[in-house]
Parts: sequence; structure tokens; C-alpha cells
Amino acid sequence: MNDWSRIAPQLLDATGETLYMVGVATALTVLLGVPLGVLLTVTAPGALAPHPLLNRLLGLVVNLGRSLPFIILLVLVAPVTRGIVGTTIGSTATIVPLTIGAVPFLARLVETSLREVAHGKVEATLAMGARRRDVVRSVLLPEALPSLVAGVTVTVVALISYSAMAGAIGGGGLGDFAIRYGYQQFRTDITLATVVLLLVVVQLLQWAGDRWARRLATH
Amino acid sequence: MIELSDVRKVFPARRGAGEVTAVDGVSLSVARGEFAGVVGPSGSGKSTLARLVNLLERPTSGTVTVDGRVLTDLDEAGVREARRSIGMIFQHFNLLDSRTAAGNVEHPLELAGVGRTERRRRVADLLDLVGLADRHAARPGQLSGGQKQRVAIARALAARPSVLLCDEATSALDPASTAGVLDLLRQVRAELGLTVLLITHEMSVVRAVCDSAVLMSAGRVVDGGPLTEVLARPDSALAAQLVPAPAAADTGNGALVQLTVTDASPQGLVLQTLTAELGLSVEVAAGSVETVAGRRFGRLLLRVEGDDGRLDPALARLRAAGALVQRTTAGDPRPAPAADDEPPAEQEPDVQRLADAPDVQR
Repeated sequence: MNDWSRIAPQLLDATGETLYMVGVATALTVLLGVPLGVLLTVTAPGALAPHPLLNRLLGLVVNLGRSLPFIILLVLVAPVTRGIVGTTIGSTATIVPLTIGAVPFLARLVETSLREVAHGKVEATLAMGARRRDVVRSVLLPEALPSLVAGVTVTVVALISYSAMAGAIGGGGLGDFAIRYGYQQFRTDITLATVVLLLVVVQLLQWAGDRWARRLATH
Repeated sequence: MIELSDVRKVFPARRGAGEVTAVDGVSLSVARGEFAGVVGPSGSGKSTLARLVNLLERPTSGTVTVDGRVLTDLDEAGVREARRSIGMIFQHFNLLDSRTAAGNVEHPLELAGVGRTERRRRVADLLDLVGLADRHAARPGQLSGGQKQRVAIARALAARPSVLLCDEATSALDPASTAGVLDLLRQVRAELGLTVLLITHEMSVVRAVCDSAVLMSAGRVVDGGPLTEVLARPDSALAAQLVPAPAAADTGNGALVQLTVTDASPQGLVLQTLTAELGLSVEVAAGSVETVAGRRFGRLLLRVEGDDGRLDPALARLRAAGALVQRTTAGDPRPAPAADDEPPAEQEPDVQRLADAPDVQR
């Protein structure tokens, strides 16, 4: 049991891989999920730019993405991953299914947040002669920002959990490490260590997200 | 300045609710610089009417003209441009919580593409105008209701509009804040030469600030005109709402006479005729006299005892001389039509005037 000097650096590397996967996937998810959430919101009946057909179509895609168990999604999007990254093994490859899995999740959260912006604020801004995109940019997104930050925090935590699952099929990161060293070599202490590390990372992120959202809400 | 011509707004049927005609053939004309009120019970379509003026709601039929521009003929870009000259304030203020008071006032200027230094200067002037120069950096959550509405007024005035729409702007405020906001509206109207269309269900607000008003019911304008004219019409439905006829307990003997007091027809002549000339005993059973639209207006309910048959001829004579006086009965706030000698035809055009805009190019 004195191999911790050998394991610790590897554990650190795995943590770094997890942070890398989750970090890049979060950035991509925000980049894709927020516009998708905006589109879902504004195309709804009675909203800023009603478009029932597009709305239903987007809703269907989002629901499909959300109803699929992540482990199935991992396997299902493998050809796409190979097409983009060239391989399906390793942390960079895992970013593709992570992003595909998290975008619909975040889009729904964004939709919920934006819907809670009082319609009167939208109306007041339209009465000023604003274009619809001005309303999205200067009213919907800023007014929902505290709630959006909370939504992104939830998404990041979900991504960490997804990324650990991706370890099961050679995705790299803490999940991969826990399976290869902890599970397959019967080293419960290593499994526990990764769990503690994951917990610390999640707690830190949640705390930072909550703090940020609260600061935005109260100024 | 504002011309609505036979405007209808029909909301299509939704799940669980049939088609709703919110505004049903309304014609309305508001002159430049006028302070016009729209009153009516909730559901009468008055808030929809306000939204038709800046095309937040597009009318199903009819035309909307503001400052000579036919808004209903404009495309989306044209409507956006036109909206900049129509400010609007709301019952719930609708300020952005993500911005400071100054940031909220700056918002329409950003949208209009005004440069940063010019924006800063205008925002400072506007907050000064509404008396909130010291609350520049305050968030909406840190302001009282009255202060929020002041910020909203500054915001509505930022793009230098010629028209201000007020949708129940004082309905969420306490009486003191209401008085402050109304004073401010009156002040900015005078200073900036604004035309104001004020939607409210509070008659006291109309009495305090409006030059003219229309009464809406079930999507239609049922009465309206300049307040001084409306109030001088004893059978006006709007006047009855603005200054309800006094109620008197049905005690005592004698005839009840309702007297409408205006600048043009003071009560002195009537009282003098009844007491000094006829020698009748006259008591004021109920009533009030107040200042509406800057003029004296009131209704008095007189109890007249000792009538020997000369009262009715005397009242007819007084009416001929311009007094607004008629017999009434207790518990009946509306005068009996038979008691009115004046031909009703003479009053018709007054009702039509506001209900028939093309005839009145004010």
C-alpha cells in the first residue's frame, strides 16, 4: 500500500483531465445551449417571435437528447466523435458526447430562466422601438443572468458526472482512473480517493456558481 | 396628435376561451398638448386601447395616426422608428432589475444609437427633471414605488417623445406617491409640450390632471369630451362616474332638487330665486363642490320645502337662464329624463365628437 507516491501524481493528472474535459465541454455547451434555449423561448406561441413548427421541432430534438441515457448516447455518437476528433478514446474525444449530452439539458434550463423574465419588461422595451434581438440581448439575457448562472452551474455538475461515466468506455479523467485502478484492481482506497476528489471539485464549483449568481441577483 | 379611427382589436380564440373583441370600433382624437383620460371598468378594453396607439397590439381593422403618421400603414422598421416618439409608462413600472436607475433611463438612448457622452448628459438631465438626481446608482429594488415610476417616466421621456402613454401608471401607488407622480406628469406635459393619453380606473386621477376623457365599456367609447363640457351635461354617464351624484337619506319632506355647479352656472342665482324670490325653505341635503380640470365643479342636492306649485315653473325658468337644475328623488342618482326640458338632440353631437374622429380635426 505504499504505492501512493506513484498513484498520487496519476490521480492529479486524472483530475486535470476531468477539468479539461468538463471545462471545454462547458464552454461548448454554453456556446450552443444558450442560443438553443433562446430560440426555444422566443419561438414559443405568444412569445417574441412565434414559430410553432420550429418550436415543436426544437422541442422534439431537445427532449430526445434529454431522454437518452448518457451511456447510450456515448456509444451512439461514437461515429460522430470519430468524424470530428479522429478517435473515440481519450479525454478530447469524450468532449463530443459530453457536449451533445449537455446542450439539450442547458437549453431547457435557459428556456425556463428566460420565461421567468416578466413580460412587462419585454413590452416596455418593445415600446421604446427595440428590435427583437435588442430585447434578447438587453432584456432577456441580462435580466435572467443570475438564474442562467445557476443553470450553468447545474450543467457543469452534470457534466462532471457524465465525464465520470465516460470513463467506463475509456474516456479518461477521474472516472476512467477509478475504474481502471480502483474497480479492476480491487483498490477501494483509490476508488474512495477519486470519489472524494470528485466531491471536492463539485462542491467548489457549486459554491462558486452560487456565489456568483447571488452576487448578480443582489448586486 | 393621436387619431384612432374605427379601430377594432379581436383576439383570436384560444384553448378554453372564445374570440374576444377587446376594442370594438373606437374612434378617438387627442389634440396636441392635450391631457386625455380613458376610463372604464376592468375588461372594458382601455389597456388594449393604449397598446393600439403604439402598435404593441396591431389593430384588426381601423387606422392609428400619431403626429400625422399613419402607423397602421408602416412596416416593422417604420413602427419601431415611430415608437421612439411615443413614450409609455406602466402600472408595474417594468424597470430592468439588471440596471441602475441611470442604466434604465439610458436604455432607450442605447437602442436609439445615441453616443455615450450624449447619453450620460441626457440621463443626468432626465433624472434631475424627475427629482431623482441623487438616486443615480440605485437599483430598482432599492427604490420606492413612486421613485420607480419617476425613473420609468424619465426613461419614457429619454428619446424626446411627443406623446406619452400612461397605462394605469398610478394604480400600484399609495395616495401620496400618486399625487407626486401626477404632479410630475403635469409638469413634464407643460415643460415639454407633451400629449398625454392616460388610462386609469381611478376617477380621482382623471379629475386631477385630465383636460378631456372618454368612458369605455365593453370595448366601445360610450361617453366623452372635454371635462368642462362633460360635467356640464347632467345626464352624462362619464360625469356620473367622475363626480357621482350625492346620495341623501330619504328623510324629511319637500322636493329634492339636484343642482350642478360649474363656473358658467354658479349656484347663487338658483338659491336666490328659490329662497328670496319664492320664499321657499332650502336646505343642502348632500353635495360637494371641488376643482376639476382647474374649474369649479360640484353637485348639490337641495331639499326644498313649502312648494305651492311655483317650483317647477321656476326651475324651468332657471334652466332657460342656463342653470343646471332639475327635480330628482332620493335614492335615484340619475335624474328623471322627464324632468329635463332640454331637447336631447342638442347633447348628441357632444357624445359623437370624440366618437367620430374624422369630423373633428383638432
